[in-house]
Amino acid sequence: MKDLFKVTTRTIVAAGLGAAIFMLLFMYVKVPSWVPETQFQTAYGLSAFFGVLFGPIAAFLIAFIGHALSDFLQYGSPWWSWVIASGVASFVFGLAFKRTKVEEGSFGFKDILTFNLFQVLGNLVAWLVVAPVLDIVIYAEPANKVFTQGAVACGMNIISAGVIGTLLLVAYAATRTKKGSLSKGS
Amino acid sequence: MKARLFSYNFVNTYIHRLSGLTKLACFLFLTFAVMFSYDLRVIMVILVISTCLMVISRIRFSQIRTMVWYVAGFLLINAILTYFFAPEYGVSIYKTRHELVDLFGKYSLTSEQLFYQLTQVMKYASVIPLGMIFILTTNPSEFASSLSGVGVNYKISFAVSLTLRYFPDIQRAYTDISQAQQARGMEMSAKANPWKRFKSALLIIIPLIFSTLERIDLITNAMDLRGFGKRNKRTWYIRKTMNHEDWTALLFCAFLFFGTLAVSTYINHSRFYNPFI
Repeated sequence: MKDLFKVTTRTIVAAGLGAAIFMLLFMYVKVPSWVPETQFQTAYGLSAFFGVLFGPIAAFLIAFIGHALSDFLQYGSPWWSWVIASGVASFVFGLAFKRTKVEEGSFGFKDILTFNLFQVLGNLVAWLVVAPVLDIVIYAEPANKVFTQGAVACGMNIISAGVIGTLLLVAYAATRTKKGSLSKGS
Repeated sequence: MKARLFSYNFVNTYIHRLSGLTKLACFLFLTFAVMFSYDLRVIMVILVISTCLMVISRIRFSQIRTMVWYVAGFLLINAILTYFFAPEYGVSIYKTRHELVDLFGKYSLTSEQLFYQLTQVMKYASVIPLGMIFILTTNPSEFASSLSGVGVNYKISFAVSLTLRYFPDIQRAYTDISQAQQARGMEMSAKANPWKRFKSALLIIIPLIFSTLERIDLITNAMDLRGFGKRNKRTWYIRKTMNHEDWTALLFCAFLFFGTLAVSTYINHSRFYNPFI
């Protein structure tokens, strides 16, 4: 289990490059929703995917750096409470690291279930607890407003991470060599 | 996809000459001060100062036009949402109620609510120039060394610098693929419906993600071979030494930060400034 939080060069590089794609998705590949200030963000599908491949630390950094930098570019200054919440959500996605058989080339029903369990858990914690509470503590925003925004974001991010994350993982598993795929020729 | 990452170019002004570390520390001092305080007077002081800094650093309006529109839109929507969800929030903060106009249902306009929302808008507006100054006057290559200078672990700083390095590449790749697809007849301009555009964007992203995975392995090997992460500290190729200009700026911003805390603690006795009592 200690391996889960180990920081190797690979973790750092994955975090750096992952954050760049996260930024791109966060800024350009999104669908605005009927609730202002919340969007369907495909970026969380990416951070969930990288979380399963590279672990919680990488996933946290991807979302934290990616979200903070894209806020910088779009608004001039990061909205810290949601940046932190993004990081927390992705950290929890990353706990599914090494609990699936995706590196061995199979991502079946059981793996999909495990992945989605962590994904839903991470989104619930981040958008129903972390983001609204920090909004109230840091920015003194009205509670019912931030909890509504949080709930909408939560729903959409569960769909994003669930659908896009699962699809990416299935596609990735197909590119890996299956374990025990070599057999003695007759 | 026209937005460039940092449209940084060097102009010989006081702000540009400061080291990245100073600018990052000042940015954090001032934004944290505004984030903490709900005192309109303090916020206005910082807003005026940051606007002056913007003039000093000779930032042209054309450089920040898009951001200004984004932010204006955000502030407007946020103000409407706040009023819609909590029309009496100001009353509960300032503990008094001065009704101006009675609208419909539970919605009425009170001076407390107006004051709260004015403070809120100013609070968010005042950090924006700071961020813009920071982005437009700091050399992106210096950013990582500044981060490690304020105490962030150097491995994390390195991840940030990889992001800054890789983002323009991936942006270019995205534009290339998208134009190639459009040349083959895939409609991705504003003429296509949003859902179609979204789907084609996803189709471009997938090969980008998978080619990035290969690149991660490549860069990891290159960095491992050069002994990355073997020590607890590292040096940076681009790092300016601090001079008296840096120390002046730092002292000034630290003074504003602690001044804000002092105003809240000793004068207002809370984060809010209450003109109604």
